[in-house]
Amino acid sequence: MGKLFAIVVTVIAIVSATLFALHVWWLPVDISAHGARIDRQLNETMVAAGVLFVVAQLALAWFAWRYGAGPSSRGVKTFPGGATPMVVLAVVLVGFEILTLTFVGSKVWAGIYQSPADPNSLQVEVQAEQFAFYFRYAGPDGRFGAMHPELANDATDNFFGLDPANDTTARDDIVVATLTIPVNRPILLQLHAKDVNHAFYVPELRIQQDFVPGMVIPLHFTATQTGKYEIVCTQLCGLGHYNMRAYVEVIAPDQFDQWLKQKAEQQ
Amino acid sequence: MKRSRTLWWGGVAVIATLPLGSAALSAPVPPPAAGTISGKATYTGTPPKMKPIDMAKEPNCVTQHPTPVMTENVVTEPGNTLRWVVVYIAAADTAAPAATETVRYDQKGCQYLPHVAVMRVNQPLDIYNDDPHSHNIHPLARVNPEWNKSQPKGAPPIHATWEQPEFIPVKCNIHPWMHGYFVVLRTPHYSVTGEDGSFSLAGLPPGTYTVTAWHEQFGTQRQDVTVGSGETKTVSFVFTARPY
Repeated sequence: MGKLFAIVVTVIAIVSATLFALHVWWLPVDISAHGARIDRQLNETMVAAGVLFVVAQLALAWFAWRYGAGPSSRGVKTFPGGATPMVVLAVVLVGFEILTLTFVGSKVWAGIYQSPADPNSLQVEVQAEQFAFYFRYAGPDGRFGAMHPELANDATDNFFGLDPANDTTARDDIVVATLTIPVNRPILLQLHAKDVNHAFYVPELRIQQDFVPGMVIPLHFTATQTGKYEIVCTQLCGLGHYNMRAYVEVIAPDQFDQWLKQKAEQQ
Repeated sequence: MKRSRTLWWGGVAVIATLPLGSAALSAPVPPPAAGTISGKATYTGTPPKMKPIDMAKEPNCVTQHPTPVMTENVVTEPGNTLRWVVVYIAAADTAAPAATETVRYDQKGCQYLPHVAVMRVNQPLDIYNDDPHSHNIHPLARVNPEWNKSQPKGAPPIHATWEQPEFIPVKCNIHPWMHGYFVVLRTPHYSVTGEDGSFSLAGLPPGTYTVTAWHEQFGTQRQDVTVGSGETKTVSFVFTARPY
């Protein structure tokens, strides 16, 4: 029985490690300026965790093979000093590994999320609500109208709670359901949530950030490839969570200017 | 034997003429002919612009509409006519029989059809999902019990009734731009304005009525109208439109 277990453990360890090593199910193409750093960090984590995983599984298999079905008369050996030093050693070893990955990883994370946005970024406001995303551009005047949550009304498509009757800067704001952005230009999103927690996740952009009601959370990135990619909510936000998605359309800068002009005329 | 048969036939003849006789006696006062109130709903001022709805979230709905669907909260037509105005007589008509015909409400192409559905209290309402994806209908009732139901593609219609008169905003929790109204009335005398803004309330016994016109954004107006026997009265409702 011990030998069978050893074989099964070895096969599982090697097959799963091979699937990762060959990138059978891997991340989609990276279309962001910062994505290479995330991918490198992810690879380092995978290698560190993968080596330990394979070594630990093979060691487990070896012990099971060697001692699993042995005669019960064989003397039971214990870790030198008993269980306590073994647990302490394991905690220190695993803790060291996890802390190292955390510090190295958070440096990469902070370099992206905590760094200041490019002052020339294109600013877009994002409103997340059950169960959709809406995006707002400042319009021809370059200024965003103030948000009044009590005025937000889905029935009149006033998803951001604008007050165009009294606030002239709000009148030309462009509100759309697809995030349309120019390629190779820094983008700064300001994330608002109308009701509960949501998340903004675009795997191709290597970006994932929560929305928190009552907070305005900045998020910046630069897309380096044109195309249409899916934005999904990754925080369980209610019954329709499965269907909460939008698209990001990365287009050429001149196309973007044209799009913006066309949208401004509809306001 | 022969005599008794003659008697029998005579009896049949007498009985058969009886209802005729009684009908002829009560006929002198004919019932008053029903009157009609008709007219148009229009607006003055500048209404808000109807905007194209961005359905990008549901690609199937984008393909269902070659030209984008416009918002429907204020639908105006040339001649300043106003669509989706509900004109009705608020006073309950206790003599009116209960409404048994089922009202059909569709979710199609990520739109509610019709935008404003009028029904009477306890009238059966069937809500269909005609789209190849889910909808989640949420009538925001305050007087009646509020509910919120998911309806996957191909699901059977949702049956509903409303016990109290109420103007119920309806929204879809998956497609926030989807918006409509259930207007639940006691009276059988109601009309919803069409593209030309016209309405007609027929079959009114002579009398004085308070006619109410309701628009989801421009509010409610009332007018007292007296209709004589067989008469058609024309009234118009003029709403004040604001651009924002």
